[in-house]
Amino acid sequence: MPDNKEKHIVVIGAGTAGCTAAGQLAREGYSVSLIEKEGEPGGKINNWFQLFPDRRKSEEVKKFLLAEIDNPLVMINYNTDIDSIVKENEEQYMVTTSRGALRPADAVLVATGFDLFNPQRKEEYGYGIYDDVITSVELEEKFKTGSVLTSKGIPPRRVGIVHCVGSRDEKVGNFHCSKVCCVTAVKQAIEIREMLPGTEVFCFYMDMRMFGPYYEELYREAQEKWTVNFIRGKVSEASENIEGRLVVKVEDTLAGKPLKMQVDMLVLMIGIENSQSGLRVGKELGLRMGMNGFFMVGDNHYGNNRSNLEGVFYAGTCTSAMNITDTISHARAAVVEIVTYLKSKVREDS
Amino acid sequence: MKNFGFSSIKTRVIDYDRNNKSVSEYILEREPSFALCIGCGGCAATCSAARFTDMSLRKINILIKRGENDEVRRLMNKCMLCGKCTLVCPRGVNTRNVIFLTQQAYRKLDNYAV
Repeated sequence: MPDNKEKHIVVIGAGTAGCTAAGQLAREGYSVSLIEKEGEPGGKINNWFQLFPDRRKSEEVKKFLLAEIDNPLVMINYNTDIDSIVKENEEQYMVTTSRGALRPADAVLVATGFDLFNPQRKEEYGYGIYDDVITSVELEEKFKTGSVLTSKGIPPRRVGIVHCVGSRDEKVGNFHCSKVCCVTAVKQAIEIREMLPGTEVFCFYMDMRMFGPYYEELYREAQEKWTVNFIRGKVSEASENIEGRLVVKVEDTLAGKPLKMQVDMLVLMIGIENSQSGLRVGKELGLRMGMNGFFMVGDNHYGNNRSNLEGVFYAGTCTSAMNITDTISHARAAVVEIVTYLKSKVREDS
Repeated sequence: MKNFGFSSIKTRVIDYDRNNKSVSEYILEREPSFALCIGCGGCAATCSAARFTDMSLRKINILIKRGENDEVRRLMNKCMLCGKCTLVCPRGVNTRNVIFLTQQAYRKLDNYAV
């Protein structure tokens, strides 16, 4: 029986996918190097206050991730960038980081995650122009502080939430749906209503995509219990009136008429794109890209952890938008693929 | 008044901040399921009155919430209160009661304040 410890896997990215996979690989007895560009693990989970659909504290999932990587077989490298990845021989990759070369890798797991859409690319929404146009992430930061106030330091009387900012929009080159923003909008609308019972909340949506378990139920709760208002239509622009209040213009498609409305705060549900750091890794390795800008998986149905390269695998949102549950499942599935691959190599050797 | 050949055109835009939404509040208070409409149009598809008139409960639902009262007034009396819409609604909105309350609310609005 060969010693699994001899086999070394480099996991790029210590977010939800990377930490889950690293921990699982270590439990299988393999040596893992976990590379993270930031100074701490967790990735995008660090941005979030509470998670949909059950409003659990995101810190709890982070604790799970920390426990996963708390294993002597996981060597964690924070504040570390990938400098180069070259194929060393038939079976191994040489990964060089900003801290030097790693020992040859028998497999590489790309878990580089996503970047959030830069809303300044949709200038008509006024992000960076009007102080009270903020992103979903900035709203989470407000939730963390325990109070939601406008730039004038007062609670907003009315909040607008714009869905699909940077998603399903060919004008910014993104055809894809970012999946998780609709339910995030519903969650955040409820949180605002809970924190500020006198504040009206309006969601401007194109379609409500409640794809996960208990998401539709959350949507119903938002309507019934929290009287969140939903207006079907893509906001065409936000401007400021003479009193400094934001004015939203939208076609109320169900009424068949244009609508204008003043709000005190406008929250943009920014979409998910492949990360720039992930794209650099992809370019370095020669990974095949999909039309949607994410990495193209080996097979859409039964091989979505495989890449176009032998020994290189994917986990998480570098392949498509995913929620945390699906990311963790995808990462665990990646471990199965890697272990199967490494075992097939052992048989060939012996 | 003398007509000098000029007229002003009423804007089509829903001016949410100016519109009176008290009818919506009146209905929501008495029939909370009113909030659950997702605009699927099942009610309008099955509506007997819609076969012969421009009655559409899907549209009325939205217009009430936006405070577009003139149009609601025009449409709401075309309903025959048959209740077929209530049978098909996937969100369990008591649509028949919504129409009933709508008619009641406007009667009150026209006589006293709601």
